[in-house]
Amino acid sequence: MSSFAGESQRFTKQMISKRNSPERIADQGFFWLTLVMAASVALLLIWIGLQIFTAAFPAISTYGLGFLTSTTWNPVSNVYGLLPQIYGTLVSALVALLIAVPLGVGVAVFLSEDFIPYTLRDAISMGIELIAAIPSVVLGLWGIFVFVPFMRPFYTFLNSTLGWIPLFAGSPRGFSLLTLSLVLSVMIMPIIISISRGTLNQLPPELRLGAMALGATRWETILRVLIPAGLSGIIGSVMLALGRAMGETMVAAMLVGNANRLSASLLDPGSTIASLIASQFAEAGRVQVQVLMYAGLVLMFMTLVINIVAEMIIKKFQNIE
Amino acid sequence: MVYDSATAVETDTIIRTENTSIYYGDFKAVSGVNLDIYRNKVTAFIGPSGCGKSTVLRCFNRTNDLIPGCRVEGRVTFHGEDLYSKDIDPVQVRRRIGMVFQKPNPFPKSVYDNIAYGARINRYPGNMDELVERSLRRASLWDDVKDKLQASGLSLSGGQQQRLCIARAIAVEPEVVLMDEPCSALDPISTLKIEELMNDLKQLYTIIIVTHNMQQATRVADYTAFYNAQEAKGGKMGYLVEVLPTDELFNNPKEQSTKDYVTGRFG
Repeated sequence: MSSFAGESQRFTKQMISKRNSPERIADQGFFWLTLVMAASVALLLIWIGLQIFTAAFPAISTYGLGFLTSTTWNPVSNVYGLLPQIYGTLVSALVALLIAVPLGVGVAVFLSEDFIPYTLRDAISMGIELIAAIPSVVLGLWGIFVFVPFMRPFYTFLNSTLGWIPLFAGSPRGFSLLTLSLVLSVMIMPIIISISRGTLNQLPPELRLGAMALGATRWETILRVLIPAGLSGIIGSVMLALGRAMGETMVAAMLVGNANRLSASLLDPGSTIASLIASQFAEAGRVQVQVLMYAGLVLMFMTLVINIVAEMIIKKFQNIE
Repeated sequence: MVYDSATAVETDTIIRTENTSIYYGDFKAVSGVNLDIYRNKVTAFIGPSGCGKSTVLRCFNRTNDLIPGCRVEGRVTFHGEDLYSKDIDPVQVRRRIGMVFQKPNPFPKSVYDNIAYGARINRYPGNMDELVERSLRRASLWDDVKDKLQASGLSLSGGQQQRLCIARAIAVEPEVVLMDEPCSALDPISTLKIEELMNDLKQLYTIIIVTHNMQQATRVADYTAFYNAQEAKGGKMGYLVEVLPTDELFNNPKEQSTKDYVTGRFG
């Protein structure tokens, strides 16, 4: 018995001496290393935000909040207003979502069910991820030389049959908010598909069994149990896609037409905040750069709000789960 | 059980298997089961692991259909109707024969919506509030949850979740409730509650329960079926040894292997 106690004492001693071992120091060092990394990312974000704010400050004090509601953009007389761009950013992103969300969620459901063999499903989702890998400038080129000529007859048709709706009124143009929305929807669909599919795949199989055992058909199971159960992930993917669509620059600058125009018609050319900055920064004078910084700040604020709303929605739905 | 006539026996049988074998692909998992399940009785399936008792249970409401490659041979009848005939819709079968699983699996919805889900997909015409209350009362969960019907089903304790799943199953008004080891994830007190519940529920429903726990079978079951497994090509093949009134199976079984199992010599 006493020898046993001695054993355990020696064991304890070993444990104590180990606390100052190189392993222990490395462990603490690792903590500090990761802390510094995490802090530097946060500092970087604050630094960029501050820099943009400082650069934009003269414009903010000159134009104030009226900048957000004015529609004139005249660098010659230094009169600036961002409303057409705010409108174009929001409308093109929302129309893109309107197209991409039903399609994306539908594809995600299809790929998470066993309609087709697993290998085929994997091949399809690989293809979808390849869409996400297309550089946006390439999509823009494709838009200019293939998509716009291809869509023109359709736009004319839309305008002649549904022209009485303000959304499709005016004289249809190839480079328009609608063209931008359609190409944006192609760009953001992979995000919605892959995140939604991942969410649906990770749902516990007992949920499906439980619903089936109550006499639910496959569709009743999907629509009323699986999709609601995965709603936080699906909404998260939609919000991520929305942020991507609002911030997308190259495709917007190449396809939206860059017209400083506030028109209800989707068939009219317009512009977005990102396309405005991309198309003007090169020739901008001192004041104009300050104004573009202000515009960039507005865009950052808009995506920030989207992200916060997304977090709130996701939290709300996770509480139900 | 004493029956007045042969017809009485006939009407009391709700599910019958005739030489039923179940395959997973080429592998025969269960062989030649002949079994009658009696209405408003609790029938327990016992036996060692891999003897196919859960597999047989799942073939009663065609949940096995969800497993690729699963196939049933022989006949399984429900009120004399072949459950595996081509013109039978498995969805309709599952509405008549409900199921409760080993792990409580409430939906990530409110307590109320968990119960209402099945009724809604069946287009229940009556008053939903009454149905929810009645189902929860029958599952003796009403007093626990009546003040938090809008709380998530997942916020309940394990035992409450399982009773919620039972309430959810009986809200569809099935005739038979299948229970696949419903207490194996629960503590003894919750287990006791579910066992008491089964005694109440058999007034209204026919219950078939798979259990690893022989004491549980003696406490709840009117009839007990003992399954065993033998080595076969590609793994263990299960078969039904015998089914008897529970007292008789545990005290005076006909087969030696049943005796060995219930006295704890193997399994």
